[in-house]
Amino acid sequence: MLPADLIVFTAIGYVGLLFVIAFLGDRRARLGRTGFLRSPFVYTLAISVYCTSWTFYGSVGSAARSGLEYLAIYMGPTIVFIGWWFLLRRLVRISHEQRITSIADLLSSRFGKSSRLAVLVTVIAVIGIAPYIALQLKAVTSSIQAIAGASGGGAVSSIEEVWLALGIAAGMAVFTILFGTRNVDAKEQHHGVVAAIAFEAIVKLAALVAIGLFVIAAGGGLEQIFAKAEAAGVDIYTTDDFGSRWVALNVLSAAAVLCLPRQFQITVVENSNESHLRTAGWAFPLYLLLMSLFTLPIALYGLVALPPGSNPDMFVLTVPLNAGQGGLALLAFIGGFSSATSMIIIESIALSIMVSNHIVMPLLLRATQGRGPARGQSVSALLLNARRFSILLILTLGFLYFYLTRNSGALAPIGLISFTGVAQFAPAILAALFWRSATLKGAIAGVSIGFVVWAWSSFLPSFGGSSPEVAALLAEGPWNIGWLRPEALFGLDGLDPLVHAMFWSLFLNATALVGVSLVTSQSPLELVQASAFVDVFRRGAGRSLQLVRGGATAADLFFVVSRVLGTDRAEALFQAEAQQLGVGRDELLPSAEFIDRLERELAGLIGAASAHVMLSKVVSGDDISLEEMMRMADETQQAIEYSQQLERTSSELRSTAAKLEAANAQLLALDQQKDDFLSQVSHEVRTPMTAIRAFSEILREDDIAPNDRQRMVETIHRESLRLTRLLDEILDLSALERGERSFEVGPIDAEQSLDSALVVCEALARQRGVTLRTRREPGRAEVTGEANRLTQVLINLVSNAIKYNSSAAPWVEVASRVVDGHHVIEVSDNGPGIAAEDAGRIFDKFYRGGGTGSGQSGAGLGLAISREIIASMSGTLSLVRREGGASFRISLPVAQATATTP
Amino acid sequence: MPIDVLIAEDEPAILDSLEFILKRAGMVCAAVTDGEAVVREVRRQRPRALVLDVMLPKRSGFEVLKLLRADPLTHDLPILVLTARGQAQDRRNAEELGATAFITKPYANAEVVEAVRLMLAPANKG
Repeated sequence: MLPADLIVFTAIGYVGLLFVIAFLGDRRARLGRTGFLRSPFVYTLAISVYCTSWTFYGSVGSAARSGLEYLAIYMGPTIVFIGWWFLLRRLVRISHEQRITSIADLLSSRFGKSSRLAVLVTVIAVIGIAPYIALQLKAVTSSIQAIAGASGGGAVSSIEEVWLALGIAAGMAVFTILFGTRNVDAKEQHHGVVAAIAFEAIVKLAALVAIGLFVIAAGGGLEQIFAKAEAAGVDIYTTDDFGSRWVALNVLSAAAVLCLPRQFQITVVENSNESHLRTAGWAFPLYLLLMSLFTLPIALYGLVALPPGSNPDMFVLTVPLNAGQGGLALLAFIGGFSSATSMIIIESIALSIMVSNHIVMPLLLRATQGRGPARGQSVSALLLNARRFSILLILTLGFLYFYLTRNSGALAPIGLISFTGVAQFAPAILAALFWRSATLKGAIAGVSIGFVVWAWSSFLPSFGGSSPEVAALLAEGPWNIGWLRPEALFGLDGLDPLVHAMFWSLFLNATALVGVSLVTSQSPLELVQASAFVDVFRRGAGRSLQLVRGGATAADLFFVVSRVLGTDRAEALFQAEAQQLGVGRDELLPSAEFIDRLERELAGLIGAASAHVMLSKVVSGDDISLEEMMRMADETQQAIEYSQQLERTSSELRSTAAKLEAANAQLLALDQQKDDFLSQVSHEVRTPMTAIRAFSEILREDDIAPNDRQRMVETIHRESLRLTRLLDEILDLSALERGERSFEVGPIDAEQSLDSALVVCEALARQRGVTLRTRREPGRAEVTGEANRLTQVLINLVSNAIKYNSSAAPWVEVASRVVDGHHVIEVSDNGPGIAAEDAGRIFDKFYRGGGTGSGQSGAGLGLAISREIIASMSGTLSLVRREGGASFRISLPVAQATATTP
Repeated sequence: MPIDVLIAEDEPAILDSLEFILKRAGMVCAAVTDGEAVVREVRRQRPRALVLDVMLPKRSGFEVLKLLRADPLTHDLPILVLTARGQAQDRRNAEELGATAFITKPYANAEVVEAVRLMLAPANKG
């Protein structure tokens, strides 16, 4: 009766119409002519996005199967909007003050701006909503099949259900991306989309009312319909109408109207005026009433008029089709299509805001180490792409769920899975609004446990129809553990699965929230946020609304930034920027890069998201009261100061303790070093003193042979010279160590110093039978130093090499060359070498390698002094250990003006 | 000729002076200049007393002292320990390790001669 082409073109045409409405709405909003867009009725109509194709088609199906149960889905929201008006007002007020952009943002903000909680809520919402999206796909798919099938085949009906659903999902994705991600608004308000959604609300209500009126007309009045149904033996008054399942449905739908991301988006985020809630308070329940008015008559009429076995979920379509009312059927299809599209659009927009703000952007910020987008990329372009990606992801998940559960039954149970899923946010939201002591850990515990129980007892069982494994799990429990059976947890058997899942998930969720909150404490930021939420109505009465308008001036920015960073830091940033631009501090015009930098500075303290929101308020020139902004900053500042103060105090204590400890250790070490030094000096002085004293005592006597006397006098003389040298060396070394130089440095020829040293050492070498050879290949390079001191060092090294060489054929080689601007002199020998354990201490005072003896001449200060002398000439003296001997290397930088070798 | 005193000292000048004063006091002396030689020569020459410097190459005076006291052949050999470090700790070490006498450098020659003479007296003969 209805050609498939007509259906497809109608649908596409309808979408085009929606697009025009959204486009015009956006344009009006941009031009500031918000007029009817800000009317409370548009707002109320948009809230009716609550009524999806599940309500449109499924209510009738539900009524046909389970009687008045469908009413509960309308009752919950009605109770919330009429009875809990104060709760909604609180939610809206807080969200406006805190610039809340989503339900994840709300919970995160209340619990200390926790990104962990935001991510958790986002993930749960995305998973929890997947069945709901699938439900829309299923409804639209079925409706197209119903119409096309009834019209006797055609292109559409031959297409497999899955491909049809995939096509619809893809179409919806494109449609939502076109609609919802055209621009980014700091307040996340979408005037055009809201206008389109309001229009859709009228279409679906009109369609349903039209079908209802037709049914009443065709059925000969309400009384007739009921009478005929009774006569036909249709009994829809089941006994359990107002039992536990009824209560559960009421609770769930009440929770859903608060917790569903799309409801939060429309009711809270898109709300432009708190007073609109007052209108919505009566108008939305009225809308629900109208939507549900004809449900029962349509169901009864369908049950009687249509052949047995017809799908009651499709009565809204098949009743007019059956009666040959093609136009009416098309209207019904458009109504159902409206319900599905409005839900998918708003839900995807709401979820994509959460996914992009709480998952994609933080990851991106982390990947770029907080530097934000690369040059040439604007934040909003990135955000938009993140949203587009999120929308694709969400619809893909919805389609996947549809695909996996395509064999299971009616519409309503699928929707209830999502309701139960998002209801897990309800305890945390209520705690956020009313319970000051609720803590982040409590919220995370509650939401996590609720989610896990929901996933196990509600989400998982929905795959039972298509997966034998899941079906087995439902019957036996995992590893045959009966009390873990998803639909009979802890032995609670025989309950309706929905009631069972809701009871356990919400009960454990709330218990964990309260229990964990009682035993954990709040961070300073949580305290501040808790107060901002719970006391929202207690302060701010009669605030003056000074407005910051238009583009950002340096003064505006400074005002905000200094509130968070402190005046000093902010001033430094602004001064630096002014300096860089070469303008006065007061003439500074903030550039995009500068604002970007400021944002990053803020992000370091208050987190990326908050920083972005704060600055974008100033930059976009959005209306915001100065006072409100100040308070926002002050709260943050106080919390930061408090925690910084704590941190400072404890880190000060820590560092003081560490300093004391280090000082003590240093004193001990110094003490030890002084003791060691004195003990060494004592030993070095006492040794020659002993000989001197012994011989002078002997010499006092008369009977000493002249040759003995001669020898003793010479020994005394030699030992006193040794003593003098020792004392000179100690004084020399201590002066060098103090950095005092007893000699003047200037340009000298290192090779000349080497010549002088070699002259002295050649005699010693001959005397000891050591071969002394040289290998000198320097250019004439001057170094900065003192010739005699350099000679002293060289003599020390060469004579040591000669004296301590115990080899059978001893040799000492002196090599010099200029390498890399350094004059390098190496003294090598084939003596015993330096043992590994001595290498580290060879330059220590009084250290003599190889045993403890003092028999070798010298006090062990030579190398220590040499190293200090070379250091005072800006050079290095180092030990080069090698096989079969040792090398000492002097490296002195060549004085630049005289360098002849590169 | 049996040895009265073995002198272990690595400083040539001090060794010279010790040999001079002890020989003049009528003692037969021999000398070594490192720690390993002390142990070897004590076993070989069996001196009646040992004058032992602490700061010896190869093996310190304290190590030698410990070795000799652990050996039944030498555990009651009279030993005079000489040190230039003069710290209380050295004296305690020497006493604990079983030194017979302890003198800090520099010393009066008479002090050393008297100490060695006491060690060689019949009462101290092991």
